[in-house]
Amino acid sequence: MIQETSSNEFDKGDVKLSCRDVWKVYGATPDKYFTNRSGRVDDPVGLAEQIRSDGHIVAACDVSFDVHVGEIFVIMGLSGSGKSTVVRSLSRLVEPTAGEVILDDRNLLEASKKELIDIRRHKMGMVFQSFGLLPHLTVMENIAFPLKLQGVSLKERQEKAQQVIELVGLEGRESSHPSQLSGGQQQRVGIARSLAVEPELWFLDEPFSALDPLIRRQMQDEFLRIQQMLHKSIVFITHDFMEALRIADRMAIMRDGVIVQIGTPDELVLHPADSYVAEFTSDVPWIRVLTAADIAEQPSGPVGGLPSVDGDTTLEDLLSVVCGSDDGVVIKSPANGDTIGVVTQKGLIEALAKGVEAQHVDASASKL
Amino acid sequence: MSARMDRTFWIWLGLILYILACVFLSRDIDWLKSYPEALVLPVAPVMNNGMVALVDSFGSVFRAISWAMTWPFTWIQQLFHWLPWPVTMALVAIVAHAAQGYRLVIFALISMSYMLITGYWYQSMNSLTLVAISVPLAILVGFGFGVWGFYSKRAERVMMPTLDLLQTVPAFAYLIPILLLFGFGPVVGVIASLLFSFPPMVRNTVLGLRGVSAVVIESGLMSGATRAQLFWQVRLPSAQRQILLGVNQATMASLSMVIVASIIGGTDDIGWEVLSTMRKALFGESLLAGIVIALIAMLMDRITWGLAIRESEYNNEEPPTWRQRHRHWIVAGVAFVALFSLSAIVPALHKYPEAWQYNPAQYLNDAINYIIINYREVIETIKTVSFFYLMLPTRIGLEQTVSPYTWGFEMTAAFTFGYVALFIGLMGAAFHYISSRAAIAVALFGTIYYFGLTNIPWLAMTVVFIFLGWRLGGWKLALGTSLGLAFLLLTGSWEVAVLSLYMCGLAVIVSFVLGGAIGIWAAHNDRVSAIVRPINDTLQTMPLFVLLIPVVMLFKIGEFTALIAIVAYAIVPAVRYVEHGLRDLPEDVIEAATAMGCTGRQLLFQVKLPLALPIIMLGLNQTIMYAIAMLVIAALVGTNDLGQQVYIGLGDGDFGVGMIAGFGMAIIAMIADRMTQGWSKGKRQELGIS
Repeated sequence: MIQETSSNEFDKGDVKLSCRDVWKVYGATPDKYFTNRSGRVDDPVGLAEQIRSDGHIVAACDVSFDVHVGEIFVIMGLSGSGKSTVVRSLSRLVEPTAGEVILDDRNLLEASKKELIDIRRHKMGMVFQSFGLLPHLTVMENIAFPLKLQGVSLKERQEKAQQVIELVGLEGRESSHPSQLSGGQQQRVGIARSLAVEPELWFLDEPFSALDPLIRRQMQDEFLRIQQMLHKSIVFITHDFMEALRIADRMAIMRDGVIVQIGTPDELVLHPADSYVAEFTSDVPWIRVLTAADIAEQPSGPVGGLPSVDGDTTLEDLLSVVCGSDDGVVIKSPANGDTIGVVTQKGLIEALAKGVEAQHVDASASKL
Repeated sequence: MSARMDRTFWIWLGLILYILACVFLSRDIDWLKSYPEALVLPVAPVMNNGMVALVDSFGSVFRAISWAMTWPFTWIQQLFHWLPWPVTMALVAIVAHAAQGYRLVIFALISMSYMLITGYWYQSMNSLTLVAISVPLAILVGFGFGVWGFYSKRAERVMMPTLDLLQTVPAFAYLIPILLLFGFGPVVGVIASLLFSFPPMVRNTVLGLRGVSAVVIESGLMSGATRAQLFWQVRLPSAQRQILLGVNQATMASLSMVIVASIIGGTDDIGWEVLSTMRKALFGESLLAGIVIALIAMLMDRITWGLAIRESEYNNEEPPTWRQRHRHWIVAGVAFVALFSLSAIVPALHKYPEAWQYNPAQYLNDAINYIIINYREVIETIKTVSFFYLMLPTRIGLEQTVSPYTWGFEMTAAFTFGYVALFIGLMGAAFHYISSRAAIAVALFGTIYYFGLTNIPWLAMTVVFIFLGWRLGGWKLALGTSLGLAFLLLTGSWEVAVLSLYMCGLAVIVSFVLGGAIGIWAAHNDRVSAIVRPINDTLQTMPLFVLLIPVVMLFKIGEFTALIAIVAYAIVPAVRYVEHGLRDLPEDVIEAATAMGCTGRQLLFQVKLPLALPIIMLGLNQTIMYAIAMLVIAALVGTNDLGQQVYIGLGDGDFGVGMIAGFGMAIIAMIADRMTQGWSKGKRQELGIS
């Protein structure tokens, strides 16, 4: 059912957090469907159907994925798809009905209350869609709040808070109250607060969904900038497919509590697992998603003297370069500068044509 | 829908015929006319015996509590009297400033100067002592129960109906057991006011804690809060505003109860001053003292309200310095030391000299006499017209009212015929132009007006009420209504309960029609709204007692006076809710209707009023509750209803009689409350508003 089409650099890295066979069932007697807590069942789809026909609600059905160290893992789905339930299961804000959540070789679902509080205090940070700021505290106090709960001294927590305040660009607003800030600024406070304890795991639950489109874009850039500095392991929830494409290292698409597909944005766009995923990808402007590396060909002749660009350049940006070079453009690996291949004018036009065609096919497939 | 409406219409018509049949049959059948004495249970004596047993076995415990509470009472009282008046004034002014700034300071200073000048300082301080003890107690107890109710669903399920009962049983009624258990003395006032004022604190605490948004809780949990940290650092501060509103309501309830409790006497406080002067018909004195109560009430309301919604400190960009944060404490300290030492030197600053007092009571009395003598005819006309044409027919029916002495002619068959024809015509018109419901309302009113509420046999009235309960709240409400009515019948309170219903019903109708009209006007005219709002605020914060004074001055003691006093209080929610409902409508609907070419009148009657109906219904609910609350107070100026029974019970120390009457009023209040809420809920669902 889950189509894992991944071939990504993060697969090689260490796994930070592993979500295995997690189920969340709401209803009168959710536990009776699971003989053991591991959540591993032979026929998850059949079981989910049976549970639903009994009048229970299956918010998460056999959800499994890994988040690697330093990776941005995005869970994308429409409202009611279970993505919020899943991210809350990871921190046990929602108690999963069955499954395992393994953080650094430790199953969180077996942790005691005390251990859990300790883990939340030191290893996790979370950002919420509607910010979740305490209205009676100033910006500084809100950000230092998790430290205060840990019993950190006033001086030390102010110092630490000041660092993250600078990180998110809120200098000068330290003594404002949340009600005096714009939505974007409030979410900066939320982000700063979640980072104040220097967590290893960072959960973001639709952090930018409540913001204006322009601010949203700006915050996404800001988020990527911060991540480049901090290298957290991130689970990011969104309902916006374009947002997912922009920021994800890998992403999962959820529908009705089930993960439909996991992969890198490119993989999802190029090889949607089914018509549901294809429907999202059909609106994607390929020219902005596909990169030079995706369409690079083996050079047919010498490449000396040709202009070169990095492999992660989008086709949109590549257009002007290719226009000015009749013999093609050399594509280099952004990581080590090795030559990957070349893109010629013909090749680029073909790729775009194919993309349009593929898009067309997908769109009509999704209508069937 | 329309078939269903039709069926309801026919059922109602059947019920009206049933009422008529009962009325006619009751002329020959005694047990139909009045509920048979033989079926009345001796509840009052049983209750009295139980009380005696309780006092016998546990009396010493209660008296010990009472004795223990006398100490803090005495200390605080002595403190208030020992403080030189400029010091007290300065401290109150500083609190007022912290709450709402300079405007409130001016109001506070004027109010306190009034107390000094009119010579009521001493009594005011005694009243404040009672409040100063009962309010913190009420807040503590209420907060404790509120937190318990928040964490335990089961506790909440028991607590909420108990609170309903505590708030609806009239205040006088619980003075009786308290008196019997705790004995006479100022502590009775404290305990009574505690019982009356902690329920709003409980409600607001539960409401506030429940209202903290899930995401704030989650963010607290993710910050690693323990259970205790989550409560004290996340839930409580987030719910702070609602809880402080609870403090405001508890304070106001406490104050009004302290005034009511002064009826027992024993404390030389301001409530006693009002009551005793009123009894001696010294209206000028009574009014002047009543103004003190109103001033204290308004001041306390503004201060606690201001502290609840205070936001001034949220507005400065710069972090406040230590001095800014503590400036009120600093000023208070400095003022205390300075004024205190000054008062030690200047005697007039220590105790306000009597020579500086000025009490214009005598002039007021003269003025009142002048008005009464010169406008006697006007006053008398208002009184007789309302009495003969509205009150008496509603109570005993046109049949018995109309006579040469009252209406100027004899009751004749032709008159009756004309009356019936008129009402059938009105019914037809209502049916045609408004709705079948309006027609039913006209028919019911016509029936009651002709025969009188007290002449409708109990068997007819109970059936109508149970049916109404079933229509508005399903079988549960029907069952509750039946049980409540059974209590009234079995305890033999039916007749007086009907009198309460009559007073209350009439007051509610008058308040609602008058208040609704004012509300509609205010909703369409900002100037009217601006004039009406402070009047409403004043009427609402004023302890009920005070409202009686001017009415009694003009109209003397009697049922009409009681009616006016009730209306003066119950009209407030009618005005408020109607205005609010009409102003708070979805803009797009109004625009759509205007674009369709609605005239102003069409817009009001066909769009705005129907849309605002659920809120207006809540206003009706509140109007009824206010009227019932005032009913007991109004008993002081002469009614014969349950309120009077409570009063009699209090006067004779008859626990059973007073308590039964008190419960009876609570029953009426609760049935009326559930019915109107059921109606409003049904309407809301119809309109798709949650």
